Amino acid sequence: MRLTEEEQTMLAGELGPVRQWAVRHQIAVGEFFDAPDFVPVGQAHVMADTESLGEAGVAWLEGLAAAAPAHRRVRIPTITDPRGLDFASYKRLKQTDAMAAIEARAIAAFEALGVLMTNTCINYQTILPPVRGEHLALGDTGVVIYSNSVMGARSNFEGGPSALAGGLTGRTPRYGYHLDAHRAGTLHFDVQHQPTDVADWGALGGIVGRAANSYWQVPVMTSLEAVPSSDQLKHFGAALASFGSVALFHMPGVTPEAPSLREAFHGRAPPGATPISKADFDAFYASYAAAGDKVDVVVFAAPQLSLFEMSQVAGLLDGRRIHADTSLIVATSPEIKFAADRMGLTRRIEEAGGVVAAGVCFYQSYAREMAEANGWRRLLTNSAKLVNIIAGYGYEPMLASMERCIDSAVAGKIL
Amino acid sequence: MPIVLQCHKGIGPAVTGTALVARDNFSARYDLDRLEGVFSRPTHKLYGQSYVGQVLVLVTAKGGVASAWMLHEMAARGMAPKAIVFDRANTILAQGAAFAELTLVDRFAAGDPTVLICTGDELRIEPAEGLVTILNRA
Repeated sequence: MRLTEEEQTMLAGELGPVRQWAVRHQIAVGEFFDAPDFVPVGQAHVMADTESLGEAGVAWLEGLAAAAPAHRRVRIPTITDPRGLDFASYKRLKQTDAMAAIEARAIAAFEALGVLMTNTCINYQTILPPVRGEHLALGDTGVVIYSNSVMGARSNFEGGPSALAGGLTGRTPRYGYHLDAHRAGTLHFDVQHQPTDVADWGALGGIVGRAANSYWQVPVMTSLEAVPSSDQLKHFGAALASFGSVALFHMPGVTPEAPSLREAFHGRAPPGATPISKADFDAFYASYAAAGDKVDVVVFAAPQLSLFEMSQVAGLLDGRRIHADTSLIVATSPEIKFAADRMGLTRRIEEAGGVVAAGVCFYQSYAREMAEANGWRRLLTNSAKLVNIIAGYGYEPMLASMERCIDSAVAGKIL
Repeated sequence: MPIVLQCHKGIGPAVTGTALVARDNFSARYDLDRLEGVFSRPTHKLYGQSYVGQVLVLVTAKGGVASAWMLHEMAARGMAPKAIVFDRANTILAQGAAFAELTLVDRFAAGDPTVLICTGDELRIEPAEGLVTILNRA
């Protein structure tokens, strides 16, 4: 990789051992992907829940945090993905004091590095939306795909160590989705059944994701009749990234790099379209279906809820009571939680028996241990991303609309 | 007679180890019981098998960004694979290997390594040179 004078200074250790580690790490990754050089980035977003970090990861962060302040502080706004635990609600979810203790250590280390603890996977809705053409170092696959596709920003999936390195150096290796060549459409899907609610949009993301199945594929969706909302695109993108490892999509007429179908494919002739029919949606839902079973836990998360989604949950729960044998959990960002508190939404959800957790996103929060401690197995959600990933933690997940999820939570069984 | 395979320059130190091969993918978060050191997703082709100290040969990496931390955490407990060989890596596993200083190579001149390499083969992996040598065919 070509290095600037400043990058060579960092590599030589003249700006301290923390930045030296960061630039070394980035060069190893950049050379693996044939990056010609570095590109400056405007924000870094670090995924670093304590379940993933483990003792080894937290001790490593504490090592960085022990460096001199001038050497250890990030150079650009650096924010965080959801944490492993919400100190205000962890006891109600039967998470342990040991989990809280390691969480507190990780937070102290990040704060010493100058990281802003936003604890959110919807930063593009709540913190500072990316701008078209802006280069970024983002963690969380849902954040990357939304920022790349809906905003036209440029980021790869940056794992926690790499995103933190980006915050420390203010740059990232120029490869993958930073380059025009990788941003052209590669697959074409003709959506013949119109998704309605966010569960449908997540299902569509799951269907396309299963078909695309590669970080390097860029699917293009046509025949969608209405312009989707931010929440619908949030669930679509999160599912597409989760099922397919996909980081960029185009919707001609909707997303900024695809004013037309032709431009979605950078002027090349589009490949033959794969149709997606109602039968494909039905089969997707059927692959996670179960009726009549007791429902142990209803989860609204993955991604965290927007203020509008919080309002929708509160409205559907008004005057009702969640069944005594069923738990209902809503995960949102700290910013939205403050707003929901102020506007009375949290009170309405909790009066019905729900738990509103802030700064977490359920699956990154010791999901296996929560299942064991609470006796949870059957999980109902409107998040296609969550049904994809939670089975590995010992749950039996089912996908349904928010209305059906809440009706089932009240009945205590899947309706 | 050793068989020499050319690949893209990789990450991590040169190592020697025994291959464990499957036409399947890899996610540290969703496929593994990291405490026991075995593949734990029932639908994975290596379900129930130990990956500790093995050279994993798989198609690609799947799943979220957590794998980037998890390889480091597994290595710290001595429960990591010796190396990972992919047909094509994604960004997260490349970053995770760089962070954990774990050996990782991909992009073979002769095609898909899950076809070129068999379970039980003794491999010498030299990431800096972009070479994988099959020392003893299983």
